[in-house]
Amino acid sequence: MNARSDVLVDVQGLVKVQGRLPALRGLDLQLGRGSFVALLGPNGSGKSTLLRLLVGLARPDAGSIHIGGWQVPDEMAAVRPHIGYVGHETLLHPQLGARENLRFCARLYALAEPEPHIRDLLRRVGLERRAQEPVRHFSRGMQQRLAIARALLTDPALLLLDEPFDGLDSEGAEILLHLLRSGRERSILMATHRHSLAESLADRALFLRQGLVAGELSLADAAPGTLAARHVELTEAP
Amino acid sequence: MLRDFLRAALTIAGKDLRAELRSRELLGLMALFSLLAILVFSFALELDRPGRQDAASGVLWVTLLFASILGHNRSVALEREHGGFDALLLAPVARGAIFAGKLLANALFTLVIALLLLPLLTVLYNLSQFPPALLLIVPAGCLGLAAIGTLLAAMTVQTRARDSLLPVLLLPVALPLLVAALRASNAALGNLPEVELQTWLLLLLLIDGIYLAAGFLLYETVLET
Repeated sequence: MNARSDVLVDVQGLVKVQGRLPALRGLDLQLGRGSFVALLGPNGSGKSTLLRLLVGLARPDAGSIHIGGWQVPDEMAAVRPHIGYVGHETLLHPQLGARENLRFCARLYALAEPEPHIRDLLRRVGLERRAQEPVRHFSRGMQQRLAIARALLTDPALLLLDEPFDGLDSEGAEILLHLLRSGRERSILMATHRHSLAESLADRALFLRQGLVAGELSLADAAPGTLAARHVELTEAP
Repeated sequence: MLRDFLRAALTIAGKDLRAELRSRELLGLMALFSLLAILVFSFALELDRPGRQDAASGVLWVTLLFASILGHNRSVALEREHGGFDALLLAPVARGAIFAGKLLANALFTLVIALLLLPLLTVLYNLSQFPPALLLIVPAGCLGLAAIGTLLAAMTVQTRARDSLLPVLLLPVALPLLVAALRASNAALGNLPEVELQTWLLLLLLIDGIYLAAGFLLYETVLET
């Protein structure tokens, strides 16, 4: 990506109003290259809105976003190839098969010789045997696995995950944990409600409350349970 | 640059066509609606033989217009179902290529319906001949309907009242195209002086050009707002 600095994502004073209510109220955030940050906070604290702004699916009302030195959304075209995103929706085409969905994505991203990578990803998410089946026949968990494979297909430098463990059974969750742990060279920002997962995966946790970062915690040497206690302290205090 | 544009547009159109071949949801719905509309027109108008011939092109284009609205609405609903439209927006492709891809698929769907309707119209509306000019008028009309429909569908997909908003926007905007296509078809069928065929056909192609230009120029703005 552009501009070799340690900071990959730089967000300053981000404001987003939805309807009449501000979803983000001047949020600041920095994400270093290769770092894994967990976004925590109650429903409506602005986690999903922040991710949609970073990925260019919404436009900010004020403030600035820079990803890899490029300004978002004005220079979004340069940023898009480097971002993988798993949102609340699976971003899949239900009439197409699992393999066809990945092939379609590979063609849109102009990936050279994607077939081995597609085969490997389908195997890793456990969908190899059902690769030809239309996605509409898949369970929610299987669709989520494929959504994760889709986000990883382009080997993005920045991975934005919005509750990626939702809908996954224990086997699916294990697969995702393995995938996320094996991709440590990329930067990851993950919105989640699951403290244990955040503790086991992330380097740092950011606590959002009413559209602002209410606090943060380094998870590198935090004792088990620290995250939950800090979460209560920062997001549920009056 | 152009190669990337064409690759992306053909990939998106190919995806829509493949998805439709699997489900036949859009074409099935549009075909059923069109068939019923033509039958309803046939019974409701109670026209004699010359009257039927005069009404044939009007019935064809009004039916195609409503069928294309139905198709656009369903297409948008299918694309929204799992965030498929967001997936297109996330991809590093020119927004114009997304428009071109959707337009190609939508135009083809409308054209298929038109080709199904023409033989039926010939029988039900006592058309004694099938003028070759229709082979140019019908694709041109379908292309125009698809162009303006694709643009307006992208606009309404982001609103809460998208199902009802699309027809409200599309009907007045598509009116010039409807009139030109109808007049050109009437001239081709011999209901208007032959000299008018060229005039209305040129006007139809001009309107196509305007709708296509508007689509390519405005699609990105529509998507980004």
